[in-house]
Amino acid sequence: MTLQILQHVDARGLSCPMPIVKTAQAIRTVASGALIEVLATDPGSVKDFGAWSRTTGHELIEQSVDGGVFRFVLRRK
Amino acid sequence: MDDSLNLVLFSGTDDKLQAAAVLAAGAAALGKPVNVFLQYWALDAFRADRIGADHGLAPEAGATGRAAVDGLRAAGQASWAETLRQAKELGGVDIEACSLSMDLLHLDQSDLDPLVDGVEGVTAFYLNAGAGQVVFI
Repeated sequence: MTLQILQHVDARGLSCPMPIVKTAQAIRTVASGALIEVLATDPGSVKDFGAWSRTTGHELIEQSVDGGVFRFVLRRK
Repeated sequence: MDDSLNLVLFSGTDDKLQAAAVLAAGAAALGKPVNVFLQYWALDAFRADRIGADHGLAPEAGATGRAAVDGLRAAGQASWAETLRQAKELGGVDIEACSLSMDLLHLDQSDLDPLVDGVEGVTAFYLNAGAGQVVFI
């Protein structure tokens, strides 16, 4: 099954805390249960997205890294 | 509110304001209420006619620190004012000017950037802070 992503956030090149801030803004634009994908290069983003997911309840369902770009897929609570 | 972040900003240099803006934006993204209280030189930095000006760095930055900060900015880092604007878009961020500092600097609210929501005294600040943590920068 392919996951259908409704919203993309390109936070590459943005420094902390902008990747999280942009994601927090973007996740409000989709319905509960919808998926958003985030690309970031901030080295703190792996721990930050984990912490943000645990605190807000938006589930982090995928994460990977490719050539210094971190990719996260989150499901809106 | 017990889980709130309450920032008292005193210093008006760009590095300290940037660090404070990052704390505010991070807390707002987590859904925490954020109260910012602007005193002295931090309040002066929020003047509408100067908010985008160069407010310098803390003395410990030195020339190396200046170059590092300029490098981050050249790489596209959002200014502290822009970071606060983004944080306010998330909601839950209230920025108030300290009334004593308004008197000290002979300011009226119309002199301040629209980022500032109002003017209050320290009692109102503590009332809104409740049992939440208070951070002085």
